[in-house]
Amino acid sequence: MTDASLHSASRDSEAQFGDYFALLKPRVMTLVVFTAFVGLLAAPVPVHPFIAFCAVLFIAVGGGASGALNMWWDADIDAVMKRTAGRPIPAGKVAPEEALALGIGLSGFAVLLLGLATNWVAAGLLAFTIFFYVVIYTMWLKRWTPQNIVIGGAAGAFPPMIGWAAATGGIAVESVLMFCLTFMWTPPHFWALALFMRGDYDNAGVPMLTVTHGRKATRAHILVYTLLLAALAVAIAFTGAGGPVYLVVAVVLNALFIKGALRIWRRTEEDAEADNFAAERGFFKLSLLYLFAHFGAILVEAGLDRAGVALSLGGLL
Amino acid sequence: MNFPPEHELHQRRKGRNLGVGLVLAALIVIVFGLTYVKVTSQGFRDSATSEGAE
Repeated sequence: MTDASLHSASRDSEAQFGDYFALLKPRVMTLVVFTAFVGLLAAPVPVHPFIAFCAVLFIAVGGGASGALNMWWDADIDAVMKRTAGRPIPAGKVAPEEALALGIGLSGFAVLLLGLATNWVAAGLLAFTIFFYVVIYTMWLKRWTPQNIVIGGAAGAFPPMIGWAAATGGIAVESVLMFCLTFMWTPPHFWALALFMRGDYDNAGVPMLTVTHGRKATRAHILVYTLLLAALAVAIAFTGAGGPVYLVVAVVLNALFIKGALRIWRRTEEDAEADNFAAERGFFKLSLLYLFAHFGAILVEAGLDRAGVALSLGGLL
Repeated sequence: MNFPPEHELHQRRKGRNLGVGLVLAALIVIVFGLTYVKVTSQGFRDSATSEGAE
């Protein structure tokens, strides 16, 4: 490389380490890390703390790698959406090829090291999650069907199953229930976002429910999915993953969540515009607390089990 | 002998290079730690002992 070519490559906004890190969607990663951590600790097989740390780290890196591949594929959409226009590729800080290379490299790295650190069931689940998010959701469903969020939500729901598999080497009813909880939570969470990020998805040509079926239908969908989610979330209290602490958390948060969904359902667009989508924004924030609190309660139940504190809801059934 | 002044490119990419260096150092620690835990874990010793007995 000549000196001249070095200068020609210079840009005012040259990518820094933080820009590459931003490709891994660190905010989404917090959800992945936490749910994988809960899945791993809730499993009945104790794991060495360092292996547990590495397992969660590799799951997070795998999730981040799929985020980089998502940004590589969706750079055109991200550029026209206000919410995503500042991402490293549309902002011109990172070249698409760099994001692709980083995504593929980190995917292979994460799957391989998770397999070596724990077992190949967990590694296989992580590989499938990356494939599902990048190929099934990003490349196929997202631009094709308004059910994109519903089916694609599965990708974000796998981490607790991977964490469980890292500890046990298999899949169990409890890990599938944790998957279902995140899977059912995703649609109302994203549809609330779509309601107050008005115009973003329309401009990008993404067939979100708000675009294809209208905002009134989206409000109804949020309510229906919230009711289904509440039934599932409370039912988990009576399984091996739940218990009295989880039941209290689930009842309180689902009551609040249903109240929020009902409020969204009753509102017209005029109501929403009058207060700048306060109910929709509030529901979105509550949905974040909702998921963290449910998984936090599962973690507490697992901790109580380990400590030998026998609390059972068996007699209530 | 005089060292040439640091090229502007190195200044510009200092943060990035430092980040990559730290990531690689962390990778070494992780692989070393994993190896240590695996080698000293009960399961590894059991299988080694049983192979030795055979």
